[in-house]
Amino acid sequence: MYRIVEARNVGLNIKQFVIEAPRIARKQRPGQFLILRLHEKGERIPLTIKSSDPEAGTVTIVVQAIGKTTSLLNCLETGDSVLDIVGPLGHPSEIQNFGTAVILAGSVGTAMALPTANALKQAGNHVVFIEGARNTEMVVFEDEVRQASNETYIMTDDGSYGEQGLVTRKLNEMIAAGRKIDFVLAVGPVPMMRAVSLVTGPLGIKTMVSLNSIMVDGTGMCGGCRVLLGKQSKFACVDGPEFDASLVNFEVLMQRNSMYRDKECQSLKYFSEHKDEELAQLRAELANKEDDVAPLQAELAPEEAPHA
Amino acid sequence: MPEKTTLPRSAMNILPLKERMKILRTHMPELDPSIRSHNFEEVNQGLPPEDALTEATRCIACAKPGCVVQCPVGVKIKDVVELICAGDYLAAAAKMREDNALPAITGRVCPQENQCEGGCVLGKKGAPLAIGNLERFIADFERNSGQLGLPSNAPSTGKSVAIVGSGPAGLSAAGDLIQKGHRVRVFEALHELGGVLVYGIPEFRLPKTIVKGEVDNLRRMGVEFETNVVVGKSVTIDELMQYEHFDAVFVATGAGLPVFLGIPGEHFNGVYSANEFLTRVNLMRAYQVTEYDEPVYDCRDRDVIVVGGGNTAMDAVRTARRLGARTATLVYRRSEAEMPARLEEVHHAQQEGIEFRMLTNPIEFIGDQKGWLTGVRCVRMELDEPGPDGRRRPVEVKGSAFVLPANVVIIGVGTTANPLIQSSTPDLKTTPRNYIVADSQTNRTSKRGVFAGGDIVTGGATVILAMGAGRKAAASIHQFLTTGEW
Repeated sequence: MYRIVEARNVGLNIKQFVIEAPRIARKQRPGQFLILRLHEKGERIPLTIKSSDPEAGTVTIVVQAIGKTTSLLNCLETGDSVLDIVGPLGHPSEIQNFGTAVILAGSVGTAMALPTANALKQAGNHVVFIEGARNTEMVVFEDEVRQASNETYIMTDDGSYGEQGLVTRKLNEMIAAGRKIDFVLAVGPVPMMRAVSLVTGPLGIKTMVSLNSIMVDGTGMCGGCRVLLGKQSKFACVDGPEFDASLVNFEVLMQRNSMYRDKECQSLKYFSEHKDEELAQLRAELANKEDDVAPLQAELAPEEAPHA
Repeated sequence: MPEKTTLPRSAMNILPLKERMKILRTHMPELDPSIRSHNFEEVNQGLPPEDALTEATRCIACAKPGCVVQCPVGVKIKDVVELICAGDYLAAAAKMREDNALPAITGRVCPQENQCEGGCVLGKKGAPLAIGNLERFIADFERNSGQLGLPSNAPSTGKSVAIVGSGPAGLSAAGDLIQKGHRVRVFEALHELGGVLVYGIPEFRLPKTIVKGEVDNLRRMGVEFETNVVVGKSVTIDELMQYEHFDAVFVATGAGLPVFLGIPGEHFNGVYSANEFLTRVNLMRAYQVTEYDEPVYDCRDRDVIVVGGGNTAMDAVRTARRLGARTATLVYRRSEAEMPARLEEVHHAQQEGIEFRMLTNPIEFIGDQKGWLTGVRCVRMELDEPGPDGRRRPVEVKGSAFVLPANVVIIGVGTTANPLIQSSTPDLKTTPRNYIVADSQTNRTSKRGVFAGGDIVTGGATVILAMGAGRKAAASIHQFLTTGEW
C-alpha cells in the first residue's frame, strides 16, 4: 500500500499527488514512469513521474482524469492510499548538451516533460519550453516551466491565455525566424507528437517523443505496448518510453491505443453514475490493509538511502 | 539421504502383489466439457478419499522405484504412497513437503506422464500409478484439514538471501532456504505472488487460491515477500548485496519475454502474445468483466486462433473458448504427435470443442482499414526428417496458402529471457540469447554470491523443472553461506 502525502488540484481535472514509494524515489530519473493499481479489482495504468524526493521517499505524479481509473484516482485526497505502485520503469531521457533544446508539451504532458527540461537545462542547454493547453484552466505548472527553461511560451487553443495556437505554431515561427534548433522533445497527445515530428523530420532535427501505449506489466512481459519503429517492433515499456520520432509509426500507435475504447467508455459511464460508491469501496478496501505498509517503510527508511 | 519410514505392519499395503496389479487405474472426476467450456472452474475435481486409497494400493512398492528417479525434485514417492495406504494422509503430505514445497501445484500441473508416472513399472503392462492425482489428493486433504505439516526451521544462521522472482523456482528455493535457518526475502515485479503460476496458468487448471495457499505456507514458515519490485529497475543486484546486506542472491526471473512470429500485420488490433492474453485474463481477472477493470478483447461470437503446440498455447485456446469464442482453433506447424503440450491438456481441449489445425503455419495477418484483425494467411506444412532436437522438421507445401478468418490471434510459440537484470548487472555472464550462464550442478553464476536457476537459465521449461532448479540452487546457496567458499 502506498500513502498519498499530498494531493492538490493543479488544473481542470488535473491533480498532483505526492506518494510514499521509497524504492522508486531513490532510483527515478527524468523520463521514467511507474505503473499504478488503485485496488484489488483495478487495472494497471502507466503514469510518468514528475519528480521524486529520495530523502522523504516520495514520488510526484500528475494525473488528468480521462478514463475510469484516472477519474477515481483524482477523487483521492491527502491521507488516502493506493494499493500498488511499481517502478521506476523504462529508460531515462537521454541528457546531454545538445545546444538549443526545444520542449513541446501538451497540458498534462508538461508534468512529464518538466524533469527532462530541468536536466537538459542543468546540462547546459538553452531550453525553450513551449507549453500548450486547450484553455487557461488547463495551463499547468507555469512557474516550474519558467524555472526549467531559458525561454518560455504558453500557447492555448482558444487564446484565453498566452498566445493563441498550437505548440507547432510556435515551433514553426522559431524555424521561420532562422533559430538553430539542435534537439526537440515532444510529450503529449499522439496527434500533437505526430505534428511535431512532421515539422522537425524533414529538417533533420533530432526529435524524441514519449509514447503512451497501452501497457499491462511494464516489464517487457506482455508485449501489448509494442510500437512500430520503421519495420521494427519495440516495446514502449522497456525499450522506451522515448523514441526517435522520425521512426515512429503514429498511425499504428493511435490504432492500437483505440483497442479498448468501447470498454473504456462503458467503464467511465458506469463510474460517473456510481462515483461515491466506488470511492467508498476503494477507501474501505484500503483501510483493511492499513497494517501492510508499516514494516516495509520502517525497513527502507534507514541511513543507506539513496542508492543511485 | 532419504530417511527410512517405519509403519505399523497393519498399515502396510497388505494385498498380495497379484491382486494389486488387477486393480484398474482410478479415474479423475472432471467437470462436464459442455459446462466447463463456459466457465473458469477447475476441470479436475480431485479424487474422493476412497478412490485415492484404492489407487495407492495399486503401488507394488518396487525395490528400486523408477518414479523417484524420474522426479525432478526427487520426491520420496514410494514412502508417500505407503503412508496413503496406511490412511495417514497428513503424514503423507508432510513426507511430500520434505522434497516439494508446492505439492498442491505440482499435483495439478506436472507432466507426470514424462516424469514419475513415466518411470512407474505398472505402466509397462497397463496404466501407471496415478501419482499426480495422489499428490494432489494429499495436498488438498492437508489444506482442507487446516493441519499443515510444515517442517520446522533450523536455528538462525544470521545469513540472508534475496530471491528474485516468486515463480516455481523462487518459491521452492525459498522453502528450502528458510528451513536451513537463513533469512529469506522474495522480490516480485508484479502485484501478486506466484509468477507464471498466477499470470500464466489459468484458473481452470490451477485455481489462484491454491497458489495463494502455498505462498501463505511459506509466509508461515518465515519467508518475507515484497511485491512491486522490479529488480534491475527498482533496485539492482549490487544494491541488494551492498546496501540491503543480502549475503546471496538467487535469480529466478523466468523466461518472461514473449516471442512474436515476425510476420506482416502483427500490429493489428486483436493480435496478442499469449503472455498478454493470459496475463489480462489470469492475473488481472479480465474474464470477470463486470467486476474487474482490466479489459480483454471481447471474444464472444468471434473467431479466435491460437498459434503454438505447447501448454501455453493450450491454456490460451481453452481460455478463449471460455470467454465465449465462436470458434477456438489451435494452429500448429507440426502434427499432434510432436505437440509439447501435456497429454491431459490436449484431451481436455479436444473435449471442449477446440479445433486442431495441425501442419499449418501462419505467414501473414490480415486486417481491415481501421487496423482490426480479420484473418490469418496460412500455409500447409509437411514433416521432413527429424532435426537436431529429434522432432521431425516441418516444411512448407508450395502453393498451399489459404486464409482462416479470425478476429483474435494469440501467439503462443514460446518465450525468451527478460534482459532487465542482466543489463543492470554488468558482471553477470549471459549467453548470446541473453540467458544467464549458471553452473548446471551448483547454479552459480559468474558473479560471487549470485545464483540463477529455472527458465532464466534453461529457457522456457516446466514448473517442476524450475522447482528442481530452485531446490538445487538452495542446496548450493546453503553451502556457500555456511562455508563462505565460492
